[in-house]
Amino acid sequence: MYKILGRVDYSADVFMQVIEAPAVAAACQPGQFIILMIHQEGERIPLTIADYDRESGTITIVVQAVGTSTRHLQTLGKGDSISNFIGPLGMPSEIENVGTVVCAGGGVGMAPIYPIARALKEAGNKVIAIMAARNESLLFWEDKMREVSDELIVTTDNGSRGRKSLVTEPLKELCETGDVNLVYAIGPGVMMKFCARTTEPYGIKTFVSLNSIMVDGTGMCGGCRVSVGGETRFVCVDGPEFDGHQVDFDLLMSRQRQYRSQEKESLDTYLSKAAVTKVALANSAASNAAACSAAAVAAHV
Amino acid sequence: MSEATKTGHGNRPQRQPKRPKLPRTAMPCQPAERRATNFEEVTTGYDDEMAVIEASRCLLCKKPKCVDGCPVGIDIPAFVRLIEVGDPAGAIVKLKETTSFPAVCGRVCPQEEQCEALCVLGNKQEPVAIGRLERYASDWETAHGASVRPRTAPKQGKSVGVVGSGPAGLTCAGELAKMGYDVTIYEALHKPGGVLVYGIPEFRLPQAIVARECEYVESLGVQIKTDYVIGRTLTVDQMLADCHDAIFLANGAGLPSFMDIPGENLNGVYSANEFLTRSNLMKAYRFPEYDTPIAVGRRVAVIGGGNVAMDSARTALRLGAEVHLIYRRTRDEMPARSEEIDHALEEGIVFDLLSNPTQIIGDADGWVNAIEVIDMELGEPDASGRRRPVPLEGSERRIPVDVVIVSVGTNANPLLTRNTTGLDLTNRGNIIADEHTLATSKEGVFAGGDIVTGAATVILAMGAGKTGARSIDRFLQGRPLLTDQEEEAIAAAP
Repeated sequence: MYKILGRVDYSADVFMQVIEAPAVAAACQPGQFIILMIHQEGERIPLTIADYDRESGTITIVVQAVGTSTRHLQTLGKGDSISNFIGPLGMPSEIENVGTVVCAGGGVGMAPIYPIARALKEAGNKVIAIMAARNESLLFWEDKMREVSDELIVTTDNGSRGRKSLVTEPLKELCETGDVNLVYAIGPGVMMKFCARTTEPYGIKTFVSLNSIMVDGTGMCGGCRVSVGGETRFVCVDGPEFDGHQVDFDLLMSRQRQYRSQEKESLDTYLSKAAVTKVALANSAASNAAACSAAAVAAHV
Repeated sequence: MSEATKTGHGNRPQRQPKRPKLPRTAMPCQPAERRATNFEEVTTGYDDEMAVIEASRCLLCKKPKCVDGCPVGIDIPAFVRLIEVGDPAGAIVKLKETTSFPAVCGRVCPQEEQCEALCVLGNKQEPVAIGRLERYASDWETAHGASVRPRTAPKQGKSVGVVGSGPAGLTCAGELAKMGYDVTIYEALHKPGGVLVYGIPEFRLPQAIVARECEYVESLGVQIKTDYVIGRTLTVDQMLADCHDAIFLANGAGLPSFMDIPGENLNGVYSANEFLTRSNLMKAYRFPEYDTPIAVGRRVAVIGGGNVAMDSARTALRLGAEVHLIYRRTRDEMPARSEEIDHALEEGIVFDLLSNPTQIIGDADGWVNAIEVIDMELGEPDASGRRRPVPLEGSERRIPVDVVIVSVGTNANPLLTRNTTGLDLTNRGNIIADEHTLATSKEGVFAGGDIVTGAATVILAMGAGKTGARSIDRFLQGRPLLTDQEEEAIAAAP
């Protein structure tokens, strides 16, 4: 079992957790990911490492709750445990001093880009960070990001904070200056696709971190395969970072939708079970006059 | 004193001469139409009477050939005779002198190519059902809650790390623990058992049996650490530097092969590894009770003719699909066990033989909707001795399917080897290990099982586990890895 040391909610859907996993924390590097299982009936879900602390032996993850596992995880916090936490997986980012690097994070992609930006900065690069979200409430880690970058640009789709634009607008302007040597873009598939498309005419190398569906995460199942430069590659062992100009993003996004109907069925089952348990426990709690937090209730589902 | 005793089979009870000629005792099975809809074990095992009758067919040869056919050298006539005299407890003790996992071997070993292939009885009639008797003895042990625990030697004060908890790793760890070493197994997945839990389906090898075998190994003092990906969480170099005096690498075959035909990345195309892992390890066949989904659709095509292809086809069938098995040669050339092929046919798998896939066709949403195959005919034998399939130009046809499962073998997984210094590999990425000692090019590191041989059988992996344990023991005692006698025997071998 792996202890959750704390949870911070950034919005109704996005939250951060710190998990005790000393072996993973000792070995991990920026760009790598982990796979976790909440309980033995659960699924193995891959999540990119958002931060780590070797001394305290912890890994930080930032998660957007969308399906059964992530919704369940959202109910867990300090004092709870999850059954499995495996990693670090995938190849680390190649960190070199190349000059000026733009690190563009979209949505929860703002989290995994943070340790990469920090490492790039430590390696002597000038780091320009772009943080992009649909609206202000979905932004997080602005301060952390400011600390590790020389320049920080915040964009929101509706202009509720920072610049009202998509991530690609400031990215394009930076490319225009001719000073950018490397771009990292991490976020939803469509965001990475358009970032890569933006930088391509300028010939600026652009790394993206792919978040395909996986089972084992060690190369054994091949479920995470993507097409890069016309060749099939496994995200879990060859990636997760690839040259964004070579990635077939439409295939990636199509494969991400593979289990959409089952995911809905699973979530409906989970939510109805969670609701039933919540009612039952609330009733017993009321009769026993015992306090019972929603998180603890759902943890027993 | 009898002849048998003098010839070195002293603990084998003598048999009466002249026995009636009995046919081989059939294995009781769930009826095909019923088992096609459930995941319970297909074969239900001999009862006491069947076992005694079948055991009585053994001729108790003075020089039993069957033993030569067993990769771990079980004293077959001895355990069979004990079953015949109504002593299954004695039989299990006898079995466990040489094999740690009779419940597994009795189920998944290809006995028809090994012990049973050499049974003298097989010359005139059918051989003794050795595998079924082995299973009977182990099931008896389970049913009676009697676990035979071997004696373990005093602690050696030395530590061995074993990478992988499949058949090779479990065997090696168990043997070393019995010799008194501190053994830790590192397993990348969340559950121990390797291919026995992610690959072989419940209806052929119930997971409860594997769990019991793992508990048995733990009862010998072995520590099993799951969630440890060697090469990532910890490297072999770190293991040697910080934790262990020797290492046994048994991390398995690894990476699935695809066919390199158009359409293989469409939704609904699985490697057999993924399909079986979702169903077996993650229990997707019980979705949504378990969270991992699996796509099956109405019609499934399975490509390949090996045991893994049969397992995939029969799993898809149980999940409710009509299943077509596409193989480019004929049944005679299929590498799968004959029994598995028979079971698949009985259950209603459609065999599209002499057919080779040329492309997979998708719909507008990126999902598979058909597979195109070309007819083949058999030409001259190739290097494997099997007749080479040759395509018949212009014979392409399409089979409408929703899911395709590719079961055409595996490649070596580079994850561990890429992160280990000083380890020599073949050009296919398999670890090079000495045939007789399993020593690798790296001091203190031994390797066995599929990562050395490429995909093979459970029992060969177990054999490698035993060899690895013997070599590691000698290495840690500072002795030569082979005795003079063994050197001579190897030199004398043809």
